[in-house]
Amino acid sequence: MSILVLADLHEGQLGGATAHVVAAANAIGGDVHVLVAGEGVQAAADAAAKLDGVSKVRIADNAVYAHQLAEPMGALLVELSGDYTHVLASASTTGKNVLPRLAALKDVSQLSDVIAVESADTFKRPIYAGNAIATVKSDDALKVITVRTTGFDAVESNGNAAVESVSVVVENGQSSFVKQELAQSDRPELGGAKVVVSGGRGMGNGENFKLLDGIADKLGAAIGASRAAVDAGFVPNDMQVGQTGKIVAPELYIAVGISGAIQHLAGMKDSKVIVAINKDEEAPIFQVADYGLVGDLFEILPELESKL
Amino acid sequence: MKVLVAVKRVIDYNVKIRVKADNSDVDLTNVKMAMNPFCEIAVEEAVRLKEKGVATEVVAVTVGPKAAQEQLRTALALGADRAIHIETDERVESLAVAKLLAKVVEEEQPGLVVLGKQAIDTDNNQTGQMLAALSGLPQGTFASEVVVDGDKVNVTREIDGGLQTITLSLPAIITADLRLNEPRYAKLPDIMKAKKKPLDVKTPGDYGVEVASKVSLLKVESPAERQGGVKVASVDELIDKLKNEAKVL
Ligand SMILES: Cc1cc2nc3c(=O)[nH]c(=O)nc-3n(C[C@H](O)[C@H](O)[C@H](O)COP(=O)(O)OP(=O)(O)OC[C@H]3O[C@@H](n4cnc5c(N)ncnc54)[C@H](O)[C@@H]3O)c2cc1C
Ligand SMILES: Cc1cc2nc3c(=O)[nH]c(=O)nc-3n(C[C@H](O)[C@H](O)[C@H](O)COP(=O)(O)OP(=O)(O)OC[C@H]3O[C@@H](n4cnc5c(N)ncnc54)[C@H](O)[C@@H]3O)c2cc1C
Repeated sequence: MSILVLADLHEGQLGGATAHVVAAANAIGGDVHVLVAGEGVQAAADAAAKLDGVSKVRIADNAVYAHQLAEPMGALLVELSGDYTHVLASASTTGKNVLPRLAALKDVSQLSDVIAVESADTFKRPIYAGNAIATVKSDDALKVITVRTTGFDAVESNGNAAVESVSVVVENGQSSFVKQELAQSDRPELGGAKVVVSGGRGMGNGENFKLLDGIADKLGAAIGASRAAVDAGFVPNDMQVGQTGKIVAPELYIAVGISGAIQHLAGMKDSKVIVAINKDEEAPIFQVADYGLVGDLFEILPELESKL
Repeated sequence: MKVLVAVKRVIDYNVKIRVKADNSDVDLTNVKMAMNPFCEIAVEEAVRLKEKGVATEVVAVTVGPKAAQEQLRTALALGADRAIHIETDERVESLAVAKLLAKVVEEEQPGLVVLGKQAIDTDNNQTGQMLAALSGLPQGTFASEVVVDGDKVNVTREIDGGLQTITLSLPAIITADLRLNEPRYAKLPDIMKAKKKPLDVKTPGDYGVEVASKVSLLKVESPAERQGGVKVASVDELIDKLKNEAKVL
């Protein structure tokens, strides 16, 4: 078996998701290579070389791969995939954008959001917003897989793999990058945080999300939101947790003013401990919460912040 | 410019599905079906492009069983001009759907194809990207804004860290995210009118596409159920439990 992992990048640095995807690759077994493609990504490649289990890092550093646009990235993966039995990426917006192009061009299926490896060709993946878990077997010669990071513990960084340049440069006349507005935050990434505090429609407005800041500061938490809070414009889209937003599984998830729709639960119900704060004691969120506190969030949050 | 929209029949998003007792699949008998919510957004976007005078014709297409014509009629009621039903009772997965859609693209030569970003049953999030690759076209996935500008289209995309804007040459493939627009409801007169709009029925064979897949579904299980916990009476009790019982503080 030989496995290629497409690295996630965050503003040129190696994204936290890659260590989880390498763990999935190690679970399949075999030779694990990581592809770092972008512009000015030497530091990311060096970081990838340290990940446990990686035997080689392949770096494609060229302007055409800047911002990892789907068309050139797909073409690059097609060029490289001949050497591999599996190509893996995280189920991030980059992995989801790029990998299906590789699969289609190689005439194979893609397995999305894999959460467990049963064997080199058999995997588990959630369907129907996580309300069922399917075990699927792929007989395709090349397995193309996106990995849900919450399914695999990140590998550590004790390795020392060789970094090799990839000479393939593809052309792209079809798409170009215009701009990017990335949320600036000193808080941990939602996907990797040990504690997540999320607000829903019950927060009332964007200003009130400040009530979560103090608590998040004290707990070193990331802040998330329900779709209703994002749709209402309280907070930006990158904070949405759920079936169609980010999937998180922290040690502690605190849901504030969130009712607990199945689409929201799909994104957080694998958290180790769930706390719900809601004024409606019938809210479905209490059915999954380890600790529920019924009451008005505007009274509870300041008290919680002061007592933590 | 012609706009093609792909719509999929799925379970209604309010339905909580159950796994069959023999673990062979989920049980869909007598479950309420509807158009995939992301496809509703795709149809709405196409119709708005027509209302703005950017698109001249909106064609809706689906791959699925006979009953999927309901969703095509919904698309027609929402403003699509005509529909194509590629009828099959087989389990068709994303790659085969993309191959069929690629044939339709070849035949219809649309300027834009709009799909949903994911179907809420299989949650694959791949059909649009596969179609783009097979048709050799650029893609703007997870779109929250689409602006056609001459022979180009600017697409704002919802990515993990925030928003990204890219420019694509036309023709192009777009997949709709939640905040692209708010779909309208079909009015009764439009539902009546939709019954008379043209709907072509084809089969995968007509397009020479083999729908069989090399992926097999071995079993389907319910996820580990979470036990509902306890209600605490005060903030003090909550902090105490988190510290001493759950040990997460
Ligand atoms: C295709 C599709 C995809 C979706 N994807 C997602 C997704 O990824 N993520 C997601 O979250 N949702 C998603 N949704 C939406 C989901 O169905 C719900 O509409 C949404 O999660 C509701 O958000 P909410 O809980 O914040 O709002 P509501 O359901 O309105 O709940 C607000 C809660 O706040 C409580 N509250 C109000 N005021 C107070 C107060 N002062 N103190 C305490 N409690 C208070 C209320 O009791 C209520 O329970 C999706 C829907 C569809 C159709
Ligand atoms: C009759 C039938 C029965 C099925 N039974 C099962 C089953 O029992 N178990 C199982 O695991 N799978 C089943 N499937 C397969 C599953 O629905 C496929 O995986 C799916 O059709 C394609 O992937 P997706 O919808 O997840 O794609 P996604 O990539 O998530 O969908 C994205 C977008 O692609 C477009 N799209 C996707 N499918 C279609 C379509 N059919 N027609 C038009 N546009 C489309 C839509 O715009 C959609 O929003 C069945 C499919 C059919 C048609």
